[in-house]
Amino acid sequence: MTMIFGIPLMVLFGQLMLGLINGAFYALLSLGLAVIFGLLRIINFAHGAQYMLGAFAALLGAQYLGLNYWAALIVVPLVVGALGIVVERLLLRRIQHLDHLYGLLLTFGLALIFEGTLVNLFGVSGSSYPIPEALSGGFKLSFMFLPTYRAWVLVAALVVCFGVWFLIERTRLGAYLRAGTENPELVQAFGINVPLMVSLTYGLGVALAAFAGVLAAPLYPVSPTMGSSLLIVVFAVVVIGGMGSILGAILTGLAMGLIEGLTKVFYPEAANTVIFVVMVMVLMLRPAGLFGKEA
Amino acid sequence: MAVLQQDHQAARAGSAPRRITPLGVLYLVLFLLGLLAPWVAYPVFLMKILCFALFASAFNLLLGFVGLLSFGHAAFLATGAYITGFLLAEYPGLSPALGIVAGTLGAVVLGTLFGALAIRRQGIYFAMITLALAQMMFFFFIQAPFTHGEDGLHGVPRGELFGVFDLANNHTLYYFVFAIFVAAFALIRRVVHSPFGQVLKAIRENEPRAISLGYHTDAYKLVAFVLSAGLAGLAGATKTLVFQLASLGDASWHMSGEVILMTLLGGVGTLLGPLVGSGLVIGLQHQLAQSALGDWVSVILGAIFVVCVLSFRSGIIGECQRWIARRQQREDK
Repeated sequence: MTMIFGIPLMVLFGQLMLGLINGAFYALLSLGLAVIFGLLRIINFAHGAQYMLGAFAALLGAQYLGLNYWAALIVVPLVVGALGIVVERLLLRRIQHLDHLYGLLLTFGLALIFEGTLVNLFGVSGSSYPIPEALSGGFKLSFMFLPTYRAWVLVAALVVCFGVWFLIERTRLGAYLRAGTENPELVQAFGINVPLMVSLTYGLGVALAAFAGVLAAPLYPVSPTMGSSLLIVVFAVVVIGGMGSILGAILTGLAMGLIEGLTKVFYPEAANTVIFVVMVMVLMLRPAGLFGKEA
Repeated sequence: MAVLQQDHQAARAGSAPRRITPLGVLYLVLFLLGLLAPWVAYPVFLMKILCFALFASAFNLLLGFVGLLSFGHAAFLATGAYITGFLLAEYPGLSPALGIVAGTLGAVVLGTLFGALAIRRQGIYFAMITLALAQMMFFFFIQAPFTHGEDGLHGVPRGELFGVFDLANNHTLYYFVFAIFVAAFALIRRVVHSPFGQVLKAIRENEPRAISLGYHTDAYKLVAFVLSAGLAGLAGATKTLVFQLASLGDASWHMSGEVILMTLLGGVGTLLGPLVGSGLVIGLQHQLAQSALGDWVSVILGAIFVVCVLSFRSGIIGECQRWIARRQQREDK
């Protein structure tokens, strides 16, 4: 077997692949956070809970409604995104004129409610969601075994990430959105319905989280607490990348996943903390974040 | 100049005989209640409230008086708790006072490191950075050999204070904890009303203006952060002595969230708010744990969070203060 630095090549590539998959989730989630932050200026602490709701909706949909994976991939983000719009209309809108820290606190409360409710209903132990048949099995490459589902997750996440990037950076709607980020009053004065745009933006961010949840359901145990610990890592990713740039969020997410994967191979004890350590280094060297614009 | 001096003298003359203010009476009543309480209620429960009131007061020093929302104060609580717990368990003859001092100093050191990093960013980033750093400590505490990982430190001996007072007795320990709390509260009060505290408030209201007035706001923020972290560590160290236990729960992000809720519910930026808030939250948790709703604690706390943010942002003490201010205004007219 080929070795590199005393590590079998298969193991190295396997861990890098796992890292890249994790990175795809970091990218999807930090992208959603960045989209929401751009227009609403709040950090959505319920993002992890909404990711978890996505996974649970897929699981329960399959159990009770016979919803298959492909349908879930479309329906669940729509449903959870709609729930997000309700939250924005009923709750977040009332505090939009306040210090943005209140948005963080409110969504933190929501995260506690979602998570606590599902813990009571389903317990903390995870359930598994079957990998759809079309995506089971894998490819035997010369240097590693690549499960089809993992390859699909990577491709799907990247396609969606770049789709969102295209939507925001290259379309008219995205131009309105970016203008709204710069100066909402002025955009409103031009006759664009900014409150509607805010609702839809929050809905889009939440839908991205739910989409990530559906993608994650066959990979990780589906449990009510699956989102919260992930979210804190995503916060660190957001601090590292800075929320100024969409592309920056995607690239930072993937890179952090890879770094985590590498750490798992060479120094597994630090695998949980390596992203936080990177965050510390970035704060010391470049406090605004790698892609950040504001000082 | 002469006028100013006269004013100054007049102001001093006015305060010289130290009139008995309603607030002074309130503090005195609370102090007496604190002295009598263990003969009425279960001391361990009261000590728990005191520890969390101290924790919330330390947190409030940062959020209420500097405007910095730390989402990682659990790290300091846990550091104080683990260091004190480890020292007292490993060296049975050690004075509990020394153990607590060591735990507090540990939190001060950690607070200096985290504070120096976190104040490099503002607002929402500050909250995310403190949360991430605290999570890093959480993973450290899981893996470090001296914390016993998931099990935590059990059966930490309380020892004898100054070789005289046997802290195994709940009542004796209560008065020790009460003394710590009163001292820490007095310190916070002193800091808030000092010129240093005034600068902190200026930073909270408008940081660019404070900078333009010539204040090194980063230095002020760092000192406030370290002070807050140290007091949070003191709360953790004291808590270890009370429960003879230090565990991962102290370090989790739920704990950081709880202390925010206590402060928010009681009243951000008020001295008594964190006391009231922690008493309410601990009392509620205690009541719920015994009732059929025991499993719903986290949902109920989340709901209180939402309600507080939506329509009760001044908190209980804050609302009381507004009410008193309105009444005084009416009387003045």
